[in-house]
Amino acid sequence: MSHHSLQAVAPPLPMTNAAPLKRRRRVTPARLGVYAFLFSAALFFLLPLYVMIITSFKPMPEIRSGNVFALPAMATLDPWRQAWGAVSQGFWNSVAIAVPSTVIPILLGAINGYALSFWRPRGANVLFGVLLAGAFIPVQVMIYPLVWMMARAGVFGSLPAIVLVHVIFGMPLMTLLFRNYYASVPHELFQAARIDGGGFWRIFLQVMLPMSLPIVVVAAIMQVTGVWNDYILGLVFAGRENLPMTVQLNNVINTTTGTRLYNVNMAATILTAAVPLAIYFISGRWFVRGIAAGAVKG
Amino acid sequence: MLARRLVKLSPHVALLPMALTVLLAYVGGALWTLRTSFTAARTFPSDKFIGVAQYVRLFDNERWLLSLHNLAVYGALFIIACMVLGFLLAVFIDQNVKGEGVLRTVFLYPYAMSFIATGLVWQWLLAPGSGIEGALRQMGFAGFSFDWIVHQDLVVYTVVIATVWQASGLVMALMLAGLRGIDPEIYKAARLDGIPAWRTYLQIVLPMLGPSVATVFLLLTTAVVKLYDAVVAMTQGGPGIASEVPAKFIMDHLFLRSNIGLASAGAVTLLVPVLALLAPYAYARSRRARAGGAHA
Repeated sequence: MSHHSLQAVAPPLPMTNAAPLKRRRRVTPARLGVYAFLFSAALFFLLPLYVMIITSFKPMPEIRSGNVFALPAMATLDPWRQAWGAVSQGFWNSVAIAVPSTVIPILLGAINGYALSFWRPRGANVLFGVLLAGAFIPVQVMIYPLVWMMARAGVFGSLPAIVLVHVIFGMPLMTLLFRNYYASVPHELFQAARIDGGGFWRIFLQVMLPMSLPIVVVAAIMQVTGVWNDYILGLVFAGRENLPMTVQLNNVINTTTGTRLYNVNMAATILTAAVPLAIYFISGRWFVRGIAAGAVKG
Repeated sequence: MLARRLVKLSPHVALLPMALTVLLAYVGGALWTLRTSFTAARTFPSDKFIGVAQYVRLFDNERWLLSLHNLAVYGALFIIACMVLGFLLAVFIDQNVKGEGVLRTVFLYPYAMSFIATGLVWQWLLAPGSGIEGALRQMGFAGFSFDWIVHQDLVVYTVVIATVWQASGLVMALMLAGLRGIDPEIYKAARLDGIPAWRTYLQIVLPMLGPSVATVFLLLTTAVVKLYDAVVAMTQGGPGIASEVPAKFIMDHLFLRSNIGLASAGAVTLLVPVLALLAPYAYARSRRARAGGAHA
């Protein structure tokens, strides 16, 4: 990660001669092939987004008779109004779930990472190893015991329940991000703070946390996206009143009987995907940084 | 005195939530499920142990066997397609092309979308008559047929298409990061030796990307085992039970069919490939940690 910026210069194209400074590329067949491939790939990736957007602006008769790739002849906003009516409750539910499910895991992840990197209590690394392994285990293995425990505690099917579950399943990644981040902080800094008489919490709050902004941003991007896109946990734990947007969207589209309103469906799908997509487009490289940091487990 | 003791205790107190999560949710949950898989539990947990009867029942169950079969076919195709497409995209982007930033954004944006949204878009695109099929027929290819999503033997491939679209950008991003870490001199040396570009990439660069490939493989494999949302959104396991997958089998038996015992046996079975994959990874990690000292 750290030497990434030093490698910003891409390796030269193998099939052109390496004139070191000013090199002007001739248009070779190979060069054309590269662009042809990238262009067709881009079409494949953009096609669903394009179809989603244009479908959401078409009136139903046009969808029934027309071509799925054709631009709307008579664009209308009605599908969007209907779609917002259908999933707006889910949107606010998702907001209510996502805020505590982001703040708490980040805070716990930071504390965990800090304790693991600098204090290293006995057994903590073994615990952390098991936690990381847990990230790979399908949730189906843990889901019913959690339902059972929460039902006994009387919190099953509520906002606290879904938040707690997101805390549990978000912990591996959040802890990993902060542990690796603090591992790159010079140990002397910590030693100096210790000699100055700083205790566990004081060093955390006054020294470590203020310099953690970059990793907090990365962690927030990852966690908000993950929580917003979650379906299975919200379906099981949130309860009828708090169903997140993904669950509501799927219910609206897949369990509604009668004629399918494809335009409304696509508008609702865009609305549901809008938050993570906005985060992705705005955060740009930070999103990629998060993926890379999360992917390098350990 | 007291203050010093408090300082010593603080790290332990701070790690208490993590310890509880690991011991209660992860380890406790897994052990609970393991235990339940040996009982006759249906709607509620039970203390009636029946040995491996649930596993026998499970592997007699046509739906479970079909789910496993689907997962194998899906998994192989999904991993291979994601790897090949992701690697090609990374290599082609790495050729000093114009608009690199735009291309990267385009290839990765589906990864920001949920499997639910992904499944629903592709359900619409692949709907026979009205989606791609209808469009191409209108364009004059009257005989064109692309109805895989309602076809028992082909529906699995539609799930592959949708999820590869969603996830191959991730492979591209990780491979590209790996490529950027490779010494440019290598390309120069290979060119001087007259080795064609494709062979340089396949035989020299790809092996150097070993760690990236391993990481990607691990991520994709866990995604395969967890496959649930995309199927629910796209096909609901249909037509019939043609696109059922193990994760969905377990969820259905836990929450719709009140058969916790059978579902737990399924969950434990699903755990086996994950652990088999994690073990060598954890082993390599601990060896590296021992070789590299405490800071690994």
